[in-house]
Amino acid sequence: MDCTNAQTLLDGYLDGELDPVRNLEIEDHLHGCAHCSQSYSDRQVIRSGFKTDSFYFKAPADLQKRIQRSVRQAAKAEAPTRWLSWSWLRVAAPMAATALVVLMLVPFFAGPSSDELLTQDVVASHIRSLMVDHLADVPSTDEHTVKPWFNGKLDFSPPVDDLAKQGFPLIGGRIDYLNNRPVAALVYQRDKHVINVFVWPSNKTRQTSSSIKAQQGYNVIRWTRSGTNFWVVSDLERNQLEKFVELLKRSAPTLSS
Amino acid sequence: MGDQSKLARFEQNILPHLDAAYNLARWLTRNEHDAEDMAQESYLRAFKFFEGFHGTDARAWLLAIVRNTCYTWLQQNRGRETMASFDEEIHTIENEASNPARLVLKSDDREVLKEALEELPVEFREVVVLRDLEELSYKQVAEIANIPLGTVMSRLARARERLKRILCSRLKEKP
Repeated sequence: MDCTNAQTLLDGYLDGELDPVRNLEIEDHLHGCAHCSQSYSDRQVIRSGFKTDSFYFKAPADLQKRIQRSVRQAAKAEAPTRWLSWSWLRVAAPMAATALVVLMLVPFFAGPSSDELLTQDVVASHIRSLMVDHLADVPSTDEHTVKPWFNGKLDFSPPVDDLAKQGFPLIGGRIDYLNNRPVAALVYQRDKHVINVFVWPSNKTRQTSSSIKAQQGYNVIRWTRSGTNFWVVSDLERNQLEKFVELLKRSAPTLSS
Repeated sequence: MGDQSKLARFEQNILPHLDAAYNLARWLTRNEHDAEDMAQESYLRAFKFFEGFHGTDARAWLLAIVRNTCYTWLQQNRGRETMASFDEEIHTIENEASNPARLVLKSDDREVLKEALEELPVEFREVVVLRDLEELSYKQVAEIANIPLGTVMSRLARARERLKRILCSRLKEKP
């Protein structure tokens, strides 16, 4: 290793960020080069200079209380809908009825419906999960590992079944954010194709059968059953994905909350 | 209930990192009053986006928010604070490096080091603070400062060279 290389890697060496091979090479160089070993010891001196309390500014004593107070206020402001009472409902019901009529008319002459927006969101979530190496927060092929992982992270427990025997192995799970709430995302695989299954509780008790849509080259299948929304998205071809959905429906009974 | 537990989880996971948040804000703003404001604003933002935090590294997640909050503030208040003058000095740094002078720090020289760090352009100051004071890994620093790993290393190298240069010249001036 020459001096130029050594100088470039000196900080990585000092910070313990180099691989073992590079470490040895640079140690070798430092033994034989007075100039570089001087640079190295100067850096050590500077770094040890930081290791005193006067460099680390601790938060003033009252700051934590102030921050806690303002965060708690923000928390209260976030949850005003819970305070709705029956008397409110009497006023709100006619308004809601009007709103419903408007909402029913909107799709005829307005932009995308909330359903279309949700479909877009689901597809976007799927693409994002493939792009940024964020497929699974709990990478595991074991349903008994994936299911408990969601405990405490969500206010419901999604059904998790490994379908490896049927050719759709479970590869992990993560939490995603859809429809303004955290949802469970279960990740399955078929050959090279990744399937994201998004699961969250539904406020509708009505069952809806599967509906399929194609968007941006992805197939999206959704249904509601036993108070649970299921959205399945993948670039898998349509009949394969429908087969997967059938398997999932057979093995995933209900959502326990 | 959902919001109750969100608040409880937030206070349990994020609040304990207040010193780290304040320290970073203090080094980036360079004064106590603004650092407190930045810390408070960062915490409110963090709470707002807390649903989006799924990882395990709460400190790094919070520090990224603090860093962005401070940068927004810096842009509004210190428009002229740039790294322009710093770039011109790279060559002289290399020349000086070939003329070694043994660096020794006595305990009362620490104030000089502190001033030198405060004078570094903010892009270089932040990597030193995150790495040497907060003791984060290059990977964590890269994520917080939103720069590639290699840039973390090269900024640290230049920051340390610069600190050394300032120290050498100032300590020589001292009686």
